[in-house]
Amino acid sequence: MSSEPLLSLENLSAHYVSQQGSRVVRAVDEVTLSLSAGGTLGIVGESGSGKSTLALTILRLLPPAARIVSGRMMFEGENLLDKSDTEMRHVRGKRIAMILQDPMASLNPLFSIGNQVGEPVRVHEGASRANAWKRAVGLLKAVRIASPETRVTQFPHEMSGGMRQRIVGAIGISCEPRLLIADEPTTSLDLTIQAQYLNLLRDLQREHGLALIFITHNLGIVAKMCDQLAVMYAGRVVEQGPVSQIFSAPVHPYTKALLGSIPRMTDNRDHLTAIEGQPPDLASLPPGCAFAPRCAMAFARCRVEAPPEFAVDEGRTARCWLAAPDAEAKATMMRSSVA
Amino acid sequence: MRQYILRRVGYSLVSLFLLSLVIFLFVRVTGDPVSLLVEPGASPEDIENMRRQFGLDRPLWVQYWHFMASLATGDLGLSFYYRTPVLELYFQRLPNSLLLAAVAMGLSLLIGIPSGILAAVRVGGFWDSAGKIFALLGLSLPSFWVGLVLILFFSVYLGWLPSSGSGTTLHLLMPAFTLGWYFAAAHMRLTRSSMLEVLGSEYIKLARLKGLPEALVIGKHAFKNALIPVITLAGINLVVMINVAVVVETVFAWPGIGRLLYEGITFRDFPIVQGVVIIGGGMIVLVNLLVDIFYALIDPRIRLES
Repeated sequence: MSSEPLLSLENLSAHYVSQQGSRVVRAVDEVTLSLSAGGTLGIVGESGSGKSTLALTILRLLPPAARIVSGRMMFEGENLLDKSDTEMRHVRGKRIAMILQDPMASLNPLFSIGNQVGEPVRVHEGASRANAWKRAVGLLKAVRIASPETRVTQFPHEMSGGMRQRIVGAIGISCEPRLLIADEPTTSLDLTIQAQYLNLLRDLQREHGLALIFITHNLGIVAKMCDQLAVMYAGRVVEQGPVSQIFSAPVHPYTKALLGSIPRMTDNRDHLTAIEGQPPDLASLPPGCAFAPRCAMAFARCRVEAPPEFAVDEGRTARCWLAAPDAEAKATMMRSSVA
Repeated sequence: MRQYILRRVGYSLVSLFLLSLVIFLFVRVTGDPVSLLVEPGASPEDIENMRRQFGLDRPLWVQYWHFMASLATGDLGLSFYYRTPVLELYFQRLPNSLLLAAVAMGLSLLIGIPSGILAAVRVGGFWDSAGKIFALLGLSLPSFWVGLVLILFFSVYLGWLPSSGSGTTLHLLMPAFTLGWYFAAAHMRLTRSSMLEVLGSEYIKLARLKGLPEALVIGKHAFKNALIPVITLAGINLVVMINVAVVVETVFAWPGIGRLLYEGITFRDFPIVQGVVIIGGGMIVLVNLLVDIFYALIDPRIRLES
């Protein structure tokens, strides 16, 4: 791994505060992550675990009710939190781009594809209308859309979902960003189209030296696409590290449960394995570890004190008391004392 | 596209036919026009003669057939009172109504659209609240009252503006404002709600993710989408303004079509009432038709459906 990471988040927290200030939702809580240039980071977690909020936090495009309360976001050696709104605008779409979940809704129905794909080039690089149009044709070609010359003149409703998502991808790479954040980009696509799109993203990444953050709840996609993985639960990163290591030896019980819930062909079990219980209400988290109420391995300390991030291995951490040094001894001790 | 237009034209003709039937029957419910037109003490023969002259002695369906047959040739009949063709009276008054409606519409859009956008962009802020109050007043204050207050203030106390009549720009100001305020409020509210809906959409999120300046996000991506319903409403309202300015034209003695209709109703002048309503209805139907076609032109999705 290279010395200086492309992006590093340090103790980043973003909260939603209700109008009276009485309800605080810790959507992103003390997140520390880093991503090297050209690397791929997968972020997984249930819906509502803060994945998408984390992405919008990085781009500083949170809804008005949310604010970033603490932490640092270092990107190419600069703290994004120190930037003015105008400076931040020049980061968005140019240095960090993002692909949204819903390809059907993310294109403006009233403007041609060429207009929308060429727009970032016009705004960030001051390209003329004609040049932006030429770039748009090239970008459509890059995302493997057939006959791009005619497609640029068409409108979003004339395209299929897979094609639209590729167009959104083309918009994402239009200014050659260093980092592309893809928020569940394949959720609404057919399986065959999904595979095509993922291959496309991987090729684009290789060709342009992009770093990729892949937000998904699909562990299969993580296994295929990512080299680093962060598992989020209730706004926190509960486990992170190299994908291969986490898949082969998960530390956090939540990660284990997530991996265990993937159905396998070799299984002889009749029903699917699910994680018992519901994700917690982010406005009233339990005092200890947020996962403790659903955790089969939880012991007394888990319910009173939230675990800090423990280093498990080189480049690997977990927020679980079981990962604490001498944890297993302690766990057995606790369990026997409770019994 | 052609099939789409043909279908719309078909719907329009059906609406017009129903309108003609309804207005024809409704004016006849208001009473006997002859009793208002004859001199006091006229003999029963005179009354009968006049009734025959107006064709009111014939069975209803014959009268309707006659009305429709001449309507088909573009003839709206003679006014009972003025004894001149209704169409001629109508066209005498039309320019005044058009002028009033155009100025009132201009005012209403000039006020309604920017304030609606401002209210949506600063939702919950000062401008939003100020706009809400303005819209509430505009929609709830009756125009005869607004008109009278304006006359009281600007004509009686200040003596700046003429209280009634027509002829100069000054004559136009108060009636146009009275008529325009109501519509400005409607345009503002629609602009605001449609803008809010658009601002919450994914493509606006993507526009911000692209790093576009806020002016471009609002002015290009949101504005055009938010304007679609406002264009429809304004188009229909322009025609509505020409035809429903009855109260405003009466208060300010503005010699437009509204006043003509008011006079027609007062004198039970059937041809005038029928004529004004049919032409007004025809205009509204036509504008709806044009708006539908215009929609198809600016929104590529409708084009495809046809």
